[in-house]
Amino acid sequence: MVLVFAESPRGQFKKAAFEAVTYGKKVADMLGTSCAALVLGANAQNPGQLGQYGADKVLHLNDAAFDALDSQTYTAAIAAAVAQTGAKVLILSHSSSGKTLAGRLSVRLGGGLVSGVNALPVLNGDALQVKKSVFSGKAIATYEVSGAVKVLSLMGNAIKPENLGSAVSAEAFSFSAPANRIRVKSVQTQEGTVPLPEAEKVVSAGRGMKEASNWGIVEELADVLGATTACSRPVADAHWRPHHEHVGQTGIAIRPNLYIAIGISGAIQHLAGVNNSKVIVVINKDPEAPFFKAADYGVQGDLFEVVPRLTEALRKFKTAH
Amino acid sequence: MKLLVCISQTPDTTAKVSFSGDGTAYNADGVQFIMNPYDEWYALVRACELKETLGGTVVALNVGPAANETTIRKALAIGADEAVRINAEPKSAAYTAKQIAEYARSQNFDLILFGKETIDYNGAEVGAMVAEYLDQPYISNATSLNLSGNTATLDRDIEGGTETLEVDLPFVLSAAKGMAEQRIPNMRGIMTARTKPLTEVQPVAFDDNVKAVNFTLPPAKAGVKLIAPDNMDELVRLLHEEAKVI
Ligand SMILES: Cc1cc2nc3c(=O)[nH]c(=O)nc-3n(C[C@H](O)[C@H](O)[C@H](O)COP(=O)(O)OP(=O)(O)OC[C@H]3O[C@@H](n4cnc5c(N)ncnc54)[C@H](O)[C@@H]3O)c2cc1C
Ligand SMILES: Nc1ncnc2c1ncn2[C@@H]1O[C@H](COP(=O)(O)O)[C@@H](O)[C@H]1O
Repeated sequence: MVLVFAESPRGQFKKAAFEAVTYGKKVADMLGTSCAALVLGANAQNPGQLGQYGADKVLHLNDAAFDALDSQTYTAAIAAAVAQTGAKVLILSHSSSGKTLAGRLSVRLGGGLVSGVNALPVLNGDALQVKKSVFSGKAIATYEVSGAVKVLSLMGNAIKPENLGSAVSAEAFSFSAPANRIRVKSVQTQEGTVPLPEAEKVVSAGRGMKEASNWGIVEELADVLGATTACSRPVADAHWRPHHEHVGQTGIAIRPNLYIAIGISGAIQHLAGVNNSKVIVVINKDPEAPFFKAADYGVQGDLFEVVPRLTEALRKFKTAH
Repeated sequence: MKLLVCISQTPDTTAKVSFSGDGTAYNADGVQFIMNPYDEWYALVRACELKETLGGTVVALNVGPAANETTIRKALAIGADEAVRINAEPKSAAYTAKQIAEYARSQNFDLILFGKETIDYNGAEVGAMVAEYLDQPYISNATSLNLSGNTATLDRDIEGGTETLEVDLPFVLSAAKGMAEQRIPNMRGIMTARTKPLTEVQPVAFDDNVKAVNFTLPPAKAGVKLIAPDNMDELVRLLHEEAKVI
């Protein structure tokens, strides 16, 4: 059995959960076994939908104690589900909750962990060989993981969710949880926008923007594209943009399908957070800007002219399609 | 109050990445090593600030060979009171976590701080593993930390937002941007660092379930395709027809 912990932050399943279930199903097929998904929390919306992404069964622990993440209670419940299903492989998302849980679970289950894997494993006897990106995207490592229960956490956007089955009815999973030791006081969310780690399109701008009040053209472009906005570190440090937009080595690492970099030089620490993007477009007036070396498409010109033109061209394209 | 900060050493962010001929080991020739930025700028500096206002001691811990002592002395120069080096090659996250947990178990720290991840192997694994060994709460990607008596208030990054939470000591956290500001060691710090205690501890045996098979460099980009700045229709066409991303 392959068990997938399908996260449902604030009750909602997001792409990360669908990707993890799809991945889990494919691993189960390779191993000639089935795939179960585990859902924790009383407010999870329609757990049975995970069947569509390949879960042969869905276990739902319907208990409000799990509506907030406490890694100790979550670990206890997930470990109990591993024991009950006899799972030999456990899949999580390499998300903020996955990063809180994966290490704990590998210790609890006495298995090996590879975090942030980005491709399907290859079988080697009883062991799995998996790839992940290391050195902030500058290299790819293959690890071999063995042990009673192998734990893998899946990098966001590494594989696409697929329709591998149909909705099932969730089975109740019962587990009496120890009391939470973490008390969640409040949650602030940026509603309306897709969070950066999940975004498929990102429009990012740097110091070339000159000042915070110039960001209107960036927001307009992002709006037309349906993209999330990001920025380079000096821009966040200068408080031109909020800190959660800072991407790179010291900010967040992202891997969207499309990354548009505007007035960003392409310093190695910036690239470290974005060089796993599928397609990179760079707009910069300096032909020597290092970012062009990492780009798929480049526009050498003044961003204050180029960006509004690109927005216009996209508007035209959208009306025509 | 007794605080433990786990510091790792990583190649400098600008170091060129290469591997041995058969691709099984990182090639450290000519590479400059630094303290992992998350450990230094966020975890260590915040621990020192807390100690400076509330009293107590900050212990900096590294699992690594003697060559790491330059990095360890830097932690002392920034403000840690003493340092411990567990004398072993940090073969993997699981191995490193086991060493840290064995040491910490006997020391009764009130709080153990990690960086959110190392910038070389990008695991984000060690902190959670140590928390599990010690059976303590774990808060990853904490962006602020305040203490009042026995209770800590923290913010942590979650998908699409921030969570504010409370937890009682002792616990384990990993620190991300926002927790503190980078601190440049001053002359006095550098001088006193030389005389602060640095203890060497021997590792415990541990069998690992994960081993690196090989490392490769990502395929090179085909090269940038330049589009005239006055022809954005062409860029849109390429993004649609060729790159298929819109
Ligand atoms: C340890 C460490 C960690 C770091 N972590 C990060 C990180 O996580 N993320 C990050 O981003 N940085 C990080 N940095 C900083 C990084 O080294 C660079 O300093 C930073 O990325 C530069 O930001 P920028 O490209 O916005 O600004 P600049 O380097 O100033 O570049 C601005 C660019 O805008 C272009 N430009 C100016 N005007 C125009 C115009 N009118 N039209 C078109 N183009 C224009 C210029 O040609 C230039 O290329 C880190 C540094 C260190 C030492
Ligand atoms: N060799 C080491 N010695 C001490 N602490 C370490 C070591 N390796 C990792 N850590 C700590 O664990 C954190 C997470 O590391 P990782 O799981 O490798 O991403 C780092 O930010 C450090 O705080």
